[in-house]
Amino acid sequence: MNVELLFDPLFLWPCLTGMVFALLLPLCGAYLRLRGEWLAALSYAQMAAAGGLGAMALGWPLALGGPAAAFLAAGVKNVFEEAAESVRGAAYAMLLLAGWGVAVLLAANLPLAERLGHALSDGQLYFTDQGHFFAALGALAVALPALAGLSRPLLLSHFYPDFYRARGRSARRLHLAFDLLVAGVLALATTGIGVMAAFALVFIPPLAAAPWAGSWRRALVLGGGLGVFAHLLAFALALVLDQPYGPVLALLLVALGAGSALLAQGHSRIAK
Amino acid sequence: MMLLQATGLVAGYGRPVVGPVDIALHRGEVLGLAGPNGAGKSTLLAALAGSVRCFAGSILRAPGVALSWQTQRQPAVAGIPLNGRELLALTGAAPAGLPPWLASRLEERLDRLSGGQLQFLHLWACLQAPAEVILLDEPTNNLDPDGVAALAAAIAQRAAAGAGILLVSHDERFVTATCQRQVLLKGAAES
Repeated sequence: MNVELLFDPLFLWPCLTGMVFALLLPLCGAYLRLRGEWLAALSYAQMAAAGGLGAMALGWPLALGGPAAAFLAAGVKNVFEEAAESVRGAAYAMLLLAGWGVAVLLAANLPLAERLGHALSDGQLYFTDQGHFFAALGALAVALPALAGLSRPLLLSHFYPDFYRARGRSARRLHLAFDLLVAGVLALATTGIGVMAAFALVFIPPLAAAPWAGSWRRALVLGGGLGVFAHLLAFALALVLDQPYGPVLALLLVALGAGSALLAQGHSRIAK
Repeated sequence: MMLLQATGLVAGYGRPVVGPVDIALHRGEVLGLAGPNGAGKSTLLAALAGSVRCFAGSILRAPGVALSWQTQRQPAVAGIPLNGRELLALTGAAPAGLPPWLASRLEERLDRLSGGQLQFLHLWACLQAPAEVILLDEPTNNLDPDGVAALAAAIAQRAAAGAGILLVSHDERFVTATCQRQVLLKGAAES
């Protein structure tokens, strides 16, 4: 155990990079959860990992392959926009499996891809630098105003789809814009913190926040806060205990989510 | 002033369900659509909102007229942390004028409201949205007598302010008390 590592300037940029994603991903997750599309997040992240590996195999820049594959997944998902929920769920699962299959095959057949494959899957936050941080900050600067602008239309089209259509607006275009935004954020996050850590940050903080927030706005603030709290704790624990960051974060978030669900269940029993 | 006019309208999904129908809605008017189950009342509303296929006829909407449409589809609210005030803000409906039994619960989450309160809130969100033409489909569903009375008052107030309201309801007493005119639908004519 080495507590001094916490104050090593070497780990400042990784910590800050993770913090940006820990704030941003739960915000995206809140809208994915609203639409019952949290599984889509995992398929974007997995496709981004496969895209990164594919780019490497083709000699293209890694930063191009991940987002391109994630955008492709968002486009495919949009084809199923009008389909039943079960069909859409099946489409996300197939995208996820396709991404996983391509990633594992590439990793198995190219020696360098194997190392990168592990890095993308498990996360390589400790190896992120100032460049990663500013890329994440750029994503935050684009995504926050975009989400603020998309929030009301997304909620309106969810609660009143007929009203939304009757006003002459296209829900399909709106959802494509949101999907591309989320795909881009997840592709970037995957290269920084890995597939499963990114997915955990999308899925669990909004889930854990939902029972305790009295409004949508408070749920967003609480979800983002839980994400940042879990990241800081996971970062410190992983560093001090010399463990990989991704699994520590995922386990902490699972504990947080399970604790929130149990407390909410108890709370609702008492209220009845 | 005419807000909306349908002439010889035949509408439906794979095949015609309603029509031919001639209908005109004027500013300040509350018009009721009556007819047996399956006559195509909801389909006609959907056609006027541009949401189903029109096989024949025409629909004219006065320039610049915005439309608000309340359907029977109730969105799932369980587990979603949205409160009543936020819901009304989505459609741009002002909460001023809500009956006291609902106004006092605006800060509550939607999944903590009763079925009737939630139905009234959905109605209010569509009825008070900035729009000149308002389409209401079975608005009295799930409402108790207080809710029905409050709805009738809100419809009258909205029409007095210049909106044209077209409503479908099985509640004959409500339709008679609320609407100035009724149109009887008989379903699609056999070809």
